[in-house]
Amino acid sequence: MATVIDPIVAHAVQSPRLNIKDRLRDWIPRLVLAPSFALILIFVYGFNLWTLVISFTNSKAFTNFNFIGWANYAKLWSWTFQTDPPSNWYTALVNMVLFGGLYVVFCLVLGLALAILLDQKIRGEGILRPLYLYPLALSFIVTGTAWKLLLDPGIGLEKAVHDLGWTSFHFDWVVDPRMMIYCVAIAGIWQTSGFVMAMFLAALRGIDSEILKAAQIDGASAYATYRRIIIPIMRPVFMSALIILTHMAIKSYDLVLSVTGKNPGGAAELPSTFMYSYTFTRNQMGVGSASAVVMLMTIAAIMVPYLYSELREKP
Amino acid sequence: MLMLGTAAIGALSFAGGAQAADNKEVQMLHWWTSGGEAAALNVVKQALAKQGYGWKDVPVAGGGGGAAMTTLKAMVAAGNPPTASQILGYYALDYADAGKLADITPLAKKNDWAKVIPTALQKFTTVNGKWGAVPINIHSVNWIWINKAAMEKIGGTEPKNFAEFVALLDKAKKAGVVPLALGGQPWQEATMFDSIVASTGGVEFYKKAFIDLDESALKSDTMKKSFDNLAKLRDYVDPNYTGRDWNLATAMVIKGDALVQVMGDWAKGEFAAAHKEAGKDFLCYRFPGTDGSVLYNTDMFAFFQVSADRQAAQTALAETAMSPEVQIGFNTIKGSAPARMDISDASFDVCGKKAIADIKAANAKGTFLGSLAQNYAQPPAVATAYYDVVTKFVHGQIKSSDEAVTQLVAAINSAK
Repeated sequence: MATVIDPIVAHAVQSPRLNIKDRLRDWIPRLVLAPSFALILIFVYGFNLWTLVISFTNSKAFTNFNFIGWANYAKLWSWTFQTDPPSNWYTALVNMVLFGGLYVVFCLVLGLALAILLDQKIRGEGILRPLYLYPLALSFIVTGTAWKLLLDPGIGLEKAVHDLGWTSFHFDWVVDPRMMIYCVAIAGIWQTSGFVMAMFLAALRGIDSEILKAAQIDGASAYATYRRIIIPIMRPVFMSALIILTHMAIKSYDLVLSVTGKNPGGAAELPSTFMYSYTFTRNQMGVGSASAVVMLMTIAAIMVPYLYSELREKP
Repeated sequence: MLMLGTAAIGALSFAGGAQAADNKEVQMLHWWTSGGEAAALNVVKQALAKQGYGWKDVPVAGGGGGAAMTTLKAMVAAGNPPTASQILGYYALDYADAGKLADITPLAKKNDWAKVIPTALQKFTTVNGKWGAVPINIHSVNWIWINKAAMEKIGGTEPKNFAEFVALLDKAKKAGVVPLALGGQPWQEATMFDSIVASTGGVEFYKKAFIDLDESALKSDTMKKSFDNLAKLRDYVDPNYTGRDWNLATAMVIKGDALVQVMGDWAKGEFAAAHKEAGKDFLCYRFPGTDGSVLYNTDMFAFFQVSADRQAAQTALAETAMSPEVQIGFNTIKGSAPARMDISDASFDVCGKKAIADIKAANAKGTFLGSLAQNYAQPPAVATAYYDVVTKFVHGQIKSSDEAVTQLVAAINSAK
């Protein structure tokens, strides 16, 4: 044990004064990363802890430290199964699954489809690409309001089709509390799928053409090439896209309120709107914090295993 | 160059912290952004400018009071409160209870405000005998706004009770006019329901149920009947009402597409902005069956504890906001009634005159009551629980009045 000298230690022992250049090279990355590391430590993880602490208190309008144990979580659990009439929390959870699922799946599918179609060396790609990407430049409030007006049966799509003469056409999702959340999903998908397309397109362009040529020589069909070679190569991009889409879905807030017009009937409640309204407008900060912690845990439960499997050293 | 110089001096004076000289700037947090509201606020700004005080809006991201309250909470928690903030009832009490408000009692005594402000309202301006806020206006929610041309077309007359109101709406429906312009958002539905409860059960019942939160009243058949009446009115809205903003609903009445809107008197600001005249283009009545009582909400200026150099600005703002000239100027534009009962109604229109007279009478009779939907009857937690039940009932997630009443009691109990 003592006889074996770790080469690195040995090296340090041998030359106590590393030359200045090497030492700088060692330290620069750490120095550069330190401020953002400290900021993230305090403002993300510190505040996560702070929220966790608040969720065990009976904070109302302002924070206080009267600890009441798990009471806020007990409230949320009792609401989780309150289906008739649905509690706000139950609606929020159901909507999260509906909206999140639709949003992530459709953005991925549409984004991939658009990327593959654009990748066919077509003319005018330079014009089409920004066209698809452009919606992302709008804020969610603008997107939401525009879609609200567009889908409004009295002034939007339905009326336009009626004016064209198809009077039996019926599309009033945006004013139907049961279908509202789908309208939010439509607006969200419209806004984000172009962005996913750009990510996939970049990945497609990065694939070595030698591999594709080899596949062609071996007589693989285009479909097989995509299914067995290209899409598997793009796996890391799927991961990035999934992470981005998931967090976008979970933090959707302005989109919901603007598409639905302040969430009538609580029909389009999502965990994010629930958390905001309980923390800031209903003055039940304890319950709001508890719901935020539940959201964090849910995301962690999805993300951690996925990250683990993706980042593990491949044997 | 000169600008750079002044900027530098400004920065220095900020960096210097407390100065000997008074800080001549009023920092005000508010969410009065629509045309009429901003014009009304200008009256206050100009009166302050005459006294040599500058005005600085505290920027608030996003419209509505919710975002502003969040901003305010952050500023106060950080120990950097604005000079004053627009605030609603129970939010002011939260700050007063937390000991964050300034004590302006000497000012109130000097100006005799306790005599001229309606008694019920003083619950929100004074906590434990200390004044911390002043009301700039009094709005009331139990109004109906009617397009006069449409009314004449269908040959309607003023409805005196709920049954007559339904009959009037029926007439409009037969004539092919949208009878009731409603914005299907939680706060609007709840605001309308305030009036329905006061009309169905009478003002005493309203007080018992919503101000005292008496459980037997909340569970009573009268409350069930109120929900039934709400369901009745729902039959007279157009199919696209869900999620509509209140001012779009007002626009329907202004244009004559719809006959009636049930809304607080801030709707009058919209009529004024469209150059419509009270009594000539539109009619205002108390919600049928609630004449003689006033379900009020008010905008207050809450004053926070600030450093000594900023107190002069605070005093100036408080006295200016309460001065008769500003109360008249502000409220004729805003559509509300003055918060002082000793002001001549000469410069107000028909609706304004009625509002002023009603407030005096209701204050004397004890029928001047806070609106639950507008945060003047119960703390926000209870008010939002009430929104939940009313809006779920209107949009059909709660199917019967029995269930609605059960839910209302449960929601209020869990929010208390």
